[in-house]
Amino acid sequence: MKKIVSLALTLILVLSCMAVFASCNEPSKNPAGEELVPVAKEEIKVGFIFLHDEKSTYDKNFMMGVEEVQTKLGLRDDQIIMMTGIPEGAECTEAALDLVDQGCDVIFANSFGHEEFLAVAAKDHPEVQFCHATGTTAHTSELNNLHNAFASIYEGRYLAGIAAGMKLNEMIANGEFSAEEAKIGYVGAFTYAEVISGYTSFYLGAKSVCPTVTMDVQFTGSWYDVTAENEAAKALIARNCKLISQHADSMGAPSACEEAGIPNVSYNGSTQEACPSTFIVSSRINWAPYYEYMINQVIKGEAIADDWTGTLATDSVLLTAINTNVAAEGTQAAIDSAKDQLKAGTLHVFDTKNFTVNGEKLTSYKADVDTDDAFTPDTEVIENGVFFESKFRSAPYFALKIDGITLVNEKF
Amino acid sequence: MNQSVNRKGKEQTASVHEPLFHIVKRDSIPWYKAWAIRVIAVLAALIICAVLITLLSHKNPLQVYKAMFDGAFGTERRIWMLLQELAVLLCVSLAVTPAFKMQFWNIGAEGQVLMGGLATAACMFYLGGKVPYPVLLIVMVLASLLTGAVWGLIPALFKAKWNTNETLFTLMMNYIATQIVLFALCNWAKDGSGVLRPMKNFGLPAFGPSAYFPNILVVAILTVILYIYLRYSKQGYEINVVGQSQNTARYVGINVKKVIIRTMFISGLLCGLAGLLLVGGTNHTISTATAGGRGFTAIMVSWLGKFNPLYMTLTAFLVAFLKRGSFNIVTQFRLNDSISDIITGIILFFIIGCEFFLNYKIVFRHKAKEAK
Repeated sequence: MKKIVSLALTLILVLSCMAVFASCNEPSKNPAGEELVPVAKEEIKVGFIFLHDEKSTYDKNFMMGVEEVQTKLGLRDDQIIMMTGIPEGAECTEAALDLVDQGCDVIFANSFGHEEFLAVAAKDHPEVQFCHATGTTAHTSELNNLHNAFASIYEGRYLAGIAAGMKLNEMIANGEFSAEEAKIGYVGAFTYAEVISGYTSFYLGAKSVCPTVTMDVQFTGSWYDVTAENEAAKALIARNCKLISQHADSMGAPSACEEAGIPNVSYNGSTQEACPSTFIVSSRINWAPYYEYMINQVIKGEAIADDWTGTLATDSVLLTAINTNVAAEGTQAAIDSAKDQLKAGTLHVFDTKNFTVNGEKLTSYKADVDTDDAFTPDTEVIENGVFFESKFRSAPYFALKIDGITLVNEKF
Repeated sequence: MNQSVNRKGKEQTASVHEPLFHIVKRDSIPWYKAWAIRVIAVLAALIICAVLITLLSHKNPLQVYKAMFDGAFGTERRIWMLLQELAVLLCVSLAVTPAFKMQFWNIGAEGQVLMGGLATAACMFYLGGKVPYPVLLIVMVLASLLTGAVWGLIPALFKAKWNTNETLFTLMMNYIATQIVLFALCNWAKDGSGVLRPMKNFGLPAFGPSAYFPNILVVAILTVILYIYLRYSKQGYEINVVGQSQNTARYVGINVKKVIIRTMFISGLLCGLAGLLLVGGTNHTISTATAGGRGFTAIMVSWLGKFNPLYMTLTAFLVAFLKRGSFNIVTQFRLNDSISDIITGIILFFIIGCEFFLNYKIVFRHKAKEAK
């Protein structure tokens, strides 16, 4: 026992000694705005940091964009460096710094948890641009070289929701179940605004064609967990859900649907190959337009926007080809017509006349747009009866629980 | 004496039917032969990997190996990263070693590291900025070491009291730890993202030439301490005896239960230290992936290093080198992650496999005849 105590004490002593050295910390560098200089296209180097590899549908979608933009801009292989499997920790800072060492002029990271670790590298290298998908802090950060990007994917989800609603209508018409029994199951990752915004827009899309539809949402507490997503989908099917969609990054839910013969609306890209008899359509963010924008800005020596939101108009929000074997007749036409209206601004996904919260119509809502430790709501986002998503910041902030959607488990 | 009897026995069977070769246990092997076998194994592994790489990816294998070396040693930053990877992995490996030496199969290091890390994160989250920094530091260190220790102690108590299977028990404790971390994250990250923003100001103090220097220093000191503890202390000897035979241990008057409990306490404590280094030293945040599978890789490092802290430094270095090196192969040649796993797998397979040839030798038929 004496030895344990002495061992523990030695360790504590060693660690406490470090406190003395704490004052030797290097002074932090001033992130003063550095002059932007144009870079020749033949010389530009672009670095990418991805959380997983292409086994995750989320990351695969980002990687597809890289290939697309490389071909489009005619960049050589040695001008693009992709690092996969970078965790949301100090490894991300190291990866970014390593990319700087390799001469990258602009570095892009794709996972929410990468943001703060990317910011550390950004602070040390004001001459390099750092772009981050799904992040929330660039517009309030003192760093001039840290930028956020996202897309109005809620519009894509809404369109995919129309395909789901039409399928439900077809099944009702076939007498498979009554209109009141039309229920969608949705597998979500966390009760995070990005997910809430996603399933709510999907539901509103379905409701726009199938007014009696309801929805159950089950969360997995992970962005990528094949087993949990598979089981959540199965649990939802057992709760009499007639159609499943998901916002999580593995093949867990789509394959559970294929097994059970339940139609599935996918995300991040087509899963038709693996699920030929249940896949209807998938919405996805096309990252190529943003990559192109960010690379071109660096080439021109111009500033990259703090917040960049891709839209249907920039081709950032896409739907895959519909699977005509499963989708209801007329789906493509219905999607195209809604898409035109969304583009023209005559249709809004979060129009407050289309949904209620606790039985009441919404007139005002303050969202937490400027991220702070306490997550205080700070910005009024309803204008003229419309909740404007991704207008005040690229990352979604719609976090309301609307009527018609039941959360099976809210613990995440 | 024994050997001659053996040989006679073999000759008799040989006259009936002698196989092409048979396997004989080696009595001992000179060190240069042992190392020659190891070098041959590594070379053989490299050749097979080279053939596979050429077949699968049509890349020049020499360039691939150069990329591997570059990934580990290419720049100063990469060398520090390699050392950090080595240090954390070695720390977890050192932690599981006393238990393994005692034949207590602690495969719960992953969970013990996570719990230690969680305790660190909890101190940073709840006390950061509210108490003076030195107080925070002391509380943080104590909390993480103790939490790791308690997580290791629970299966040990069950083993000592009811002789439960420690392999299953420690494995299950990993899942519980992961879920507790997730539970904490869901409560702490109020935006619901499950991502806790790093608390940069409340980590362990940084000093030396790199941010990783403190971690590396702590683990270096720990390696020496553990070497001395296992080799020269009375407790180290007790661990050894319990590991060899519990009955012998009882016969010579060692309190086996006490040794099991004490050793697992230390094992968990050191896992907690690894958690502290990961969360307090480098990441300043925690996620369910913080331990990153090191709790399991550590088992291999410890075994390959024959439970000797000094050898383990070498095996941990090898694993860290393979990890950093193969990562660079994937990045530089835009290959799939699986390629790096394949390369790492083949090399480790050969290294583990060569242990067989260190313990046994193959005797071919014509050689046996010559011997006659």
